[in-house]
Amino acid sequence: MDENMKYPPKFFLSVDDFFKYILGIISGLVVLTLFFMVLELFRHSLPVLSLKFVFGVNWNPVVGSEEYGILPYILGTMVTSVIAIVVGVPISLGIAIYLSEMAPNFIRTTLSFIIELLAAVPSVIYGLWGLFIFRFWVRDFIEIPLSKYLGFLPIFQGEPFGLDILTAGLILAIMIIPTVASVSREVLMAVPNSQREAAYSLGATKWEVIRLGVLSYAKSGIVGAAILGLGRAVGETMAVTMVIGNAIGAAALPTSLFKAGQTMASLIANEFNEADPTSLHPNALVGVGLILFVLALTVNLFAQVLVWRILKIKEGAVE
Amino acid sequence: MAYIKDKGGCSRIMQTYLVRKFKDKFAYAVCLACVIVAVIPLGSILFEVTKNGLPALNMEFFIEGPRAIGEPGGGIANSIQGTLILIGLTSLIGVPIGILSGIYLAEFGNNKFGKIVRLTNNILAQFPSIVIGIFAYLTIVLLIGSFSPLAGAIALAIIMIPIITRTTEESLKLVPNTLREASMALGIRRWRTIMSIVLVSAKNGVVTGIMLSISRIAGETAPLIMTILGSQWFFSGLTEPMDALTLRIWRLALLPYDYAHTTGWGAALVLIIIVLSLNILARILTRSKFVLRGV
Repeated sequence: MDENMKYPPKFFLSVDDFFKYILGIISGLVVLTLFFMVLELFRHSLPVLSLKFVFGVNWNPVVGSEEYGILPYILGTMVTSVIAIVVGVPISLGIAIYLSEMAPNFIRTTLSFIIELLAAVPSVIYGLWGLFIFRFWVRDFIEIPLSKYLGFLPIFQGEPFGLDILTAGLILAIMIIPTVASVSREVLMAVPNSQREAAYSLGATKWEVIRLGVLSYAKSGIVGAAILGLGRAVGETMAVTMVIGNAIGAAALPTSLFKAGQTMASLIANEFNEADPTSLHPNALVGVGLILFVLALTVNLFAQVLVWRILKIKEGAVE
Repeated sequence: MAYIKDKGGCSRIMQTYLVRKFKDKFAYAVCLACVIVAVIPLGSILFEVTKNGLPALNMEFFIEGPRAIGEPGGGIANSIQGTLILIGLTSLIGVPIGILSGIYLAEFGNNKFGKIVRLTNNILAQFPSIVIGIFAYLTIVLLIGSFSPLAGAIALAIIMIPIITRTTEESLKLVPNTLREASMALGIRRWRTIMSIVLVSAKNGVVTGIMLSISRIAGETAPLIMTILGSQWFFSGLTEPMDALTLRIWRLALLPYDYAHTTGWGAALVLIIIVLSLNILARILTRSKFVLRGV
């Protein structure tokens, strides 16, 4: 660990320095990979990139009348992710509060274990379950009542079918729970105990301690956890592909929650193998990948910074 | 609970107190409800996969490949083989790179370069896997000129490396410095100290990371679509398409036949057993490590 401890160098580089540089080069490979990823995605999508590509709504891969506009898929990704955040984050926060502030020790261990298993289930199995089971729950218990009582609202137009934007958003909500819950739990546990003691000494109830002493202190970390969840929702492919109904072009515009839609990731998954290599279709799909890349990178960087900040405070507080 | 009985005549302070008390209980109930809501899907998934998957399991299911589409029978042996080959190839690429860069970050990573590498790993660990699949397609598949298990393995390695790097770094940092100092005092070179003393003491954590990453990549589907494509046949070389359990589940689920759905659930059962057993085993290993750390 100490940099002053150097062996007398016999050659140009000592064995230890050689070892260090080799390791450095190997660990630099990921940075290089990320760099090349941007480069390759950009290079291959260059022929289709334009304002019309981002803001167009028509999607027609037939050679001769090719037209690529991805606005419906960008909106589809946004709407499903927002549903996931709106539904998933409060639930995750509840779990995190229960785990860090309320649960007795033995329940805490078992429960964190179970929540982590939820993260381990492969997304294609979520998709299978969504396609054959969850879809009917959504249709019968959520969509039919909603369309009966709130059917006059534009976002609840259409026949409840179960394979639509709402189901995709809800399945995403389930899938982001483990991520958001475990990160926010870590953030809550990083809140120094003096915060809790101060609130208790004022005669606060447990909930008031959590609200005044803990949650307000951990705010930015929780926002970071939510954004990490957003990052996962934006890029999630298989489960969404299997339940969203896979509409194309203007039909995929998310005007109602009870409508088949399409996200950027599901579009790539559905069409990549069918794309004719002589047309611009593959380039357009790579272009969708590039936009997805930029979106995911922004979201992730933002979340990393927010979570880091609060966890750093913890390190300082312990010492 | 005397204050509840004389509620009618109690003072304002007492009333506020009751409201606060109620809010406290209510918050507890809401948090508990959140936990239950999150556990229901997991329970339902495990139940349905077992219930629908079990009838599909028989001898044929494990030793035969799929028949022509629309014809019932056949198995998923080729998909199991493909998944195992992918795990092997990916580990061959990902494990050494992951461990070595984890060592770098733990032992020499206190500088700007280390910070950049750490940030990149954090980003890649959360990255949309389908974009990684496109990258592998653009670089490997277009280069070779055909779909290839190798391209799939490289895509999965990009997902695997950040996980192993992170767990290796963290478990190496848990090794007490006295071990390093003792080794240095004996005149053992730094690289030798790291490879034969520090890494060996941290091996539980490193193995945990490897198992977690394998359980993650075994369940990946999206990057395989454009790299190994999926196939009806058994493995037939590194420049041919190959099948994987996850791809097979996806394709079977979208077929309009009941037998296909049954086979799909069966494949899902096999996959979930592989993934969850690796995952649970890895977590049990970590738990024993924490006990060791306390000693």
